Amino acid sequence: MDIDLITNILYAMIRTGTPLLIVALGELVCEKSGVLNLGQEGMMLMGAVVGFIVTLLSGSLLLGFILAMVAGVLMSLIFGLITMELSANQVATGLALTIFGTGLSAFIGSEFVGKPIEGLDPVFIPVLTDLPIIGRMLFGQDLIVYLSFILFGAVYWFINYSRPGLVLKAVGENPHAANAIGLPVFKTRYLAIIFGGAMAGLAGGYLSLAYTPLWAENMSAGRGWIALALVVFASWKAERVLLGAWLFGLASILHLVFQGLGFAVSPNLLAILPYLATVVVLVILSSNQTRSRLVAPMSLGNPFHARG
Amino acid sequence: MKQHSPPPRLSLRGITKQYPGCLANDDVHLDIAPAEIHALLGENGAGKSTLMKVIYGLVKPDRGEVLWDGLPIEVKDPAQARKMGIGMVFQHFSLFETLTVTENIALALGDDAGALDQLAEKIRTVSEKYGMTINPEREIHTLSVGERQRVEIVRCLVQNIKLLILDEPTSVLTPQEVDSLFITLRQLASEGCSILFISHKLNEVKALCHNATVLRAGRVSGECVPAEEDTTSMAKLMVGDDTPVSTTYPKKLGSTPLLCISDLNLHSDDPFGVHLKHINLTVNAGEIVGIAGVAGNGQEELLASLSGEHLCPDGKTITFAEDAVADLPPDQRRRWGLGFVPEERLGRGAVPEMSLTENALLTGFLSGLLSKGMVAWKKAETFADQIIDQYRVKAAGRHAQADSLSGGNLQKFIIGREIMQNPKILIAAHPTWGVDIGAATAIHKALITLRDQGAAILVVSEDIDELFLISDRIGAICNGALSPVKPTPESSIQELGRMMAGDFSQSAHEGSATL
Repeated sequence: MDIDLITNILYAMIRTGTPLLIVALGELVCEKSGVLNLGQEGMMLMGAVVGFIVTLLSGSLLLGFILAMVAGVLMSLIFGLITMELSANQVATGLALTIFGTGLSAFIGSEFVGKPIEGLDPVFIPVLTDLPIIGRMLFGQDLIVYLSFILFGAVYWFINYSRPGLVLKAVGENPHAANAIGLPVFKTRYLAIIFGGAMAGLAGGYLSLAYTPLWAENMSAGRGWIALALVVFASWKAERVLLGAWLFGLASILHLVFQGLGFAVSPNLLAILPYLATVVVLVILSSNQTRSRLVAPMSLGNPFHARG
Repeated sequence: MKQHSPPPRLSLRGITKQYPGCLANDDVHLDIAPAEIHALLGENGAGKSTLMKVIYGLVKPDRGEVLWDGLPIEVKDPAQARKMGIGMVFQHFSLFETLTVTENIALALGDDAGALDQLAEKIRTVSEKYGMTINPEREIHTLSVGERQRVEIVRCLVQNIKLLILDEPTSVLTPQEVDSLFITLRQLASEGCSILFISHKLNEVKALCHNATVLRAGRVSGECVPAEEDTTSMAKLMVGDDTPVSTTYPKKLGSTPLLCISDLNLHSDDPFGVHLKHINLTVNAGEIVGIAGVAGNGQEELLASLSGEHLCPDGKTITFAEDAVADLPPDQRRRWGLGFVPEERLGRGAVPEMSLTENALLTGFLSGLLSKGMVAWKKAETFADQIIDQYRVKAAGRHAQADSLSGGNLQKFIIGREIMQNPKILIAAHPTWGVDIGAATAIHKALITLRDQGAAILVVSEDIDELFLISDRIGAICNGALSPVKPTPESSIQELGRMMAGDFSQSAHEGSATL
């Protein structure tokens, strides 16, 4: 295997892993607050279609990305209203949101399938781009990839070192206790849901504006589900989300690697790798009761009603 | 009394709170002066919890006003209450298990917490000053129940506190821990802090509190100076005149072993669980054995082993009259004649969404409620009605869902359901938890009657007074190990307290007697 191939694989690994990383960071924050939103796929698709249409009509990529995030936030607010105000089951609501987003995005985007736009170009960072092997991987990417690095740093710091991050974890562990000591449970959960929506929208926009600059029905192709698996795979730790996103990115381009090496392996077979990895991690986690109880947010998926 | 005495620190005027179907507080008045330790006495369901939630801003009263240092205020939420200097120690702790002591306290302090390392230092200083040493770096799930309560109290003390509310603080402590808690509280009061001590334990109120307000059915039924009253007169205020407040039951000792546990070891899978170590216990026919202990010392695991929720590979570990049952599932043990009242009422004692009839059927199906594999609904309904009637369960009828009943009433229903099946062995956890005194007496009488019919009864409870009242032999469980079990008249509260704390040594002359 020559240096060029390795460089390219690493480059593609990060690029493929970026939308996963962004969605998974959003879902991580959301789940840390005790809310399980299975609507990632629907929110991503809405972000993708809205971002694409806006950019096509306005010619502005920036506007496209912003409105992609707005679309994600609006979708997440639907989820928030139903699960928080009406105390509906989070799993059912999330699934409904995915089905709704898939259908609605196909409907809105039906006129725009196959139309071309100018996608997001890479920004080469002088000198660093020319580093062997890792130059292209880390310093020859587009702006959203760089943004994903910053987002990771921000989420990592937020969860582990900031006071609002502590509140987030407290609410996710025991919302009743949090309410009793005066922490804003509803506000925290809403903000976490909205952040999750914004990240899903951004990741959707990345797919239709940068990764493959076009709109196609159902173009997220299960990435929302992979991201959900990824959060579990990462056992709710930000640094493992980063690692996992890139690993999953690598897994989904493995068939190209094998082609380069002269093997022919079905890409469908390789596509199961992320899920297989997640199952393995789940088995390892649940083999130890202590670990499995302490690792996931304790009230994950439980609705909260203020009593009294 | 000085001429210009300061206004009370806290003054409640005519607080009224109506819940659907229940008037929780009805025109309640209460004054607490600075440096005063004030007791709020009342039975479960008398409205103590609601009143304290009103003070802490968790519940908005329908009518009435709250005065703080003489000025009318409205406490909107707990955050505001905390800012005013009100601290609260909850009966069910509001701590986060996966976070450290410092992080937990930082969360409660809000923006005043400051840097975590400085806060940790402050926690150390404060906790040592009041004689409640805790290590700020430990995660809550590694702490004992008593230590968790210290964290809750220290959490209030690191702020500038003017009123400390404690909700049934002693229910989770050993008698020795209670003594040291009282020392802390007296020290705190002498420094000017007001304390509202919520309890239904008269002896503790007498020992600690300057004044007491007694609630009954949501109304103030009396005010008194506990030191000048005897416990009977205070109990009358709590329960009214028509309920008998003290009874004693003759003690009996059986001789035919019915329930035997020999060398039961259990490794708990739960990270917060307790491992059982070499438990040996015999309960004879015709006696009640009481096991005391602070919650979380292995009671749950012991009960699960006895009910059959947890199976032992060696069947002989637990025997019912020489029949090895430790490897049998719950239904087969019930078929043998076991009655079981679990700790958790909703979820394990009863299915919340099911009607009382269906819940009666759940364990009663063995006593003739089935015919040829089909449910005999008429019989099941009669059975449910009998329980409701005999145990005076307040419910909308046998069709009421289990979760529509108050905790105490559901407890009566579950106890009734088990006792009315005339079990040969009855295992009951906290039989009167949350039940008013009148109903508790009825439950005690039913247990005694069952004993006199020759059943072996094992009662696991945190209520020491109850255990001394009904047990024929008594012991304690601590950290998964069982103390020696002695006839109740030969034991004392002090000795049992030591055993609850894990000191199983016999006092000197008894030690020599066994040599």
